[in-house]
Amino acid sequence: MNAPLLPKHLLPTIEHSHLDGLEEEAIFILREVAASFERPALLFSGGKDSCVVLHLAEKAFKTRRSGGDFSGSLPLPLLHVDTGHNFPEVIEFRDRRVAQICAQLVVADLEDSIRRVSVRLAEPLESRNGHQSVALLEAIESHHFDALIGGARRDEEKARAKERIFSHRDRFGQWSPKEQRPELWNLFNTRMRPGEHFRAFPISNWTELDVWLYIARESIPLPSLYYSHARAVVRRQGLLVPVTAVTPAQQCEVVETVQVRFRTVGDMTCTCPVESSAADANQVVTETLTVTVSERGATRMDDRASDTAMERRKKEGYF
Amino acid sequence: MSTERALRFLTAGSVDDGKSTLIGRLLLDSQALLADQVDTLTQRAAGSPRDAGGPAFDLSLLTDGLEAEREQGITIDVAWRYFATKQRKFIIADAPGHEQYTRNMVTAAAGSDAAVVLVDVTKLDLSSQPLQLLPQTRRHALLAHLLRVPSLVFAVNKFDAVADPGPAFAAVRHALEAFAAEAGMQVAAIVPVSALRGDNVATPLNASWHVGPSLLQVLEGLPTGRHDTALGLRLPVQYVARAGVGSGARTGEQPRTLWGRVAQGQVAVGDEVQVFPSGERARVVALRHVDGEVDAVAAGLSAGVLLDRPLDVSRGDWLGTPGLLQPVQHVAATLAWLDTDPATPGRRYLLRHGHRWVQARLAHVQARLDIHSLRATSAESLAVNEIGEVVFDLQQPLPLAPFAQNTEAGSLIVVDPTSHRTSGALLVRGDAAVTRAAGAAGAAA
Repeated sequence: MNAPLLPKHLLPTIEHSHLDGLEEEAIFILREVAASFERPALLFSGGKDSCVVLHLAEKAFKTRRSGGDFSGSLPLPLLHVDTGHNFPEVIEFRDRRVAQICAQLVVADLEDSIRRVSVRLAEPLESRNGHQSVALLEAIESHHFDALIGGARRDEEKARAKERIFSHRDRFGQWSPKEQRPELWNLFNTRMRPGEHFRAFPISNWTELDVWLYIARESIPLPSLYYSHARAVVRRQGLLVPVTAVTPAQQCEVVETVQVRFRTVGDMTCTCPVESSAADANQVVTETLTVTVSERGATRMDDRASDTAMERRKKEGYF
Repeated sequence: MSTERALRFLTAGSVDDGKSTLIGRLLLDSQALLADQVDTLTQRAAGSPRDAGGPAFDLSLLTDGLEAEREQGITIDVAWRYFATKQRKFIIADAPGHEQYTRNMVTAAAGSDAAVVLVDVTKLDLSSQPLQLLPQTRRHALLAHLLRVPSLVFAVNKFDAVADPGPAFAAVRHALEAFAAEAGMQVAAIVPVSALRGDNVATPLNASWHVGPSLLQVLEGLPTGRHDTALGLRLPVQYVARAGVGSGARTGEQPRTLWGRVAQGQVAVGDEVQVFPSGERARVVALRHVDGEVDAVAAGLSAGVLLDRPLDVSRGDWLGTPGLLQPVQHVAATLAWLDTDPATPGRRYLLRHGHRWVQARLAHVQARLDIHSLRATSAESLAVNEIGEVVFDLQQPLPLAPFAQNTEAGSLIVVDPTSHRTSGALLVRGDAAVTRAAGAAGAAA
């Protein structure tokens, strides 16, 4: 029988102790948010990065029992922006996980924003990713959140390479690259006026590989669609597009069933899987080490438009 | 419990020194770049001329960040890049190299383990005796030295464009060594490279005129920590948690766990600690780290401390070895000014030290430092990108220590109370009251 495929077997010469340093830093940032703000919330989408941040928050604020589970409670609620176009596996996972850890969950529902007409859809099945900003900002306003913890990483995209760990947003929730404050040592400048808020990114310095290594090391639960499964897809412009109620196959497109996994999980209308047989976190690590296409390039239709797409969305208050 | 972490280094260079190309080369050669990123660059580079021997696109395009900057043709801030080799993970703080540079370099240098200063060999007059370094080389190195970046590396770039590289490198190395000796700087390495061709960046140079490690090999060998557990304890309290350790069956009220990252020394169960500012003493009865109870926690790691008596300790306070934490209310410090509004004596600012905010008044600006020589000249205020020696009066005392002794105890940020901008970086030199008293005593004698 084959020995289990562990990262340390795969990479005998790579030193993984840097994960401890990344974990220390992330926990330090999480405690800093909890102590510096009056009404912080943790953005939890069920995506792998937010699952990692949630796990780190449990480590930061709870007490680990000998069995590995945690006692105590988080000092902040979780916030999810539900586009109404989420994969059902992700919503099911979100609710199960929230119940498991007895967290408080606030759902900012994009359908509500549509009903309030703060969001107008040009067409019913268009991507709702860009509209998330509106629902998010409405939730910030109605719950008086003054800090949101997110799982964004600087290695994801160019516009994020310059993002601060504590990122200031003005009264309109806007991010202005020139208004960002220099961050010196660990002395975060969390000063702001009423109505403004901060986004805080505890895993800024992690890469996709670090995230997977950590998921494997800590056995962090993820939605099933992060691992290999059979799915109906069509091939469109070099991407595998999942066939769903909101992303039907177009004329002349052939629907095939392919073994796939998702590398990122977002709105169904703009998230594509990659072909993969990786059935657990260790196998994903192996694939990540040999991968040749960046995470966003492989899987996000919305970022392909131009390499400045993310910067534009970010200025609009996108996460 | 490992304290091993990624090596964080900043890159300093002026426009055209090849800094962006060097970073692009490090990312490319360490396989941190993926096919679609290379595709985007190749598409953008289509039609533009390229250098013989170089890659199919301009490597410097990899690191130019935001749309706003591309339009202006300059980079406006520090960007973070990541790559890993088999030996270690690296974080690059990429500070752009145009004239108004100090602000970005100060930001990149704060918290960096090393500085890589680029020297463009083609800009030097190799026939002059002695060889004159460029002003920006002196400026970048002196700033890194002033901010106490632990390791300084010179990367002498563009050797592909030099006819006789052996004597050229020897002359540049000699000039850099003389400059470092004169300024009292330790140099970790001086490495010749061609970022464009990739010579001696990742793969060691195979040349008759130079044997030695490549830039990447040098970086792999630099130290990350400088934590000495024999020093006295300094621990700023970050977060006070109600939840106790273990069974929680201790007497009286729910015990409080005082969380904070050890800034100096170490804390161990049984140690006596003194709280700043209250001065009260207590004994450590239990300690937590991330995954459970431990006997000791060393500098660089967060400790959860349980004391043997219920003292009133809150965020912003410090725990220390008894007698170590001394109150300072008039602080003499080096100030790097980052704000377009000048630092003006008499003005009030907010300072952040550890986890505490205090009000402070800029009492006076004693001198401005020439960043090409670090010589002091008289000054009344400091403008953006200027560095000087100042005195601040604090509204309440803080347990400060010289920055040279301990980064956490010796660093503060200055925030404008109106705009909330981070206006300055403050590096403690000492207690101004003590300095003044000593000065007066000296004058009297």
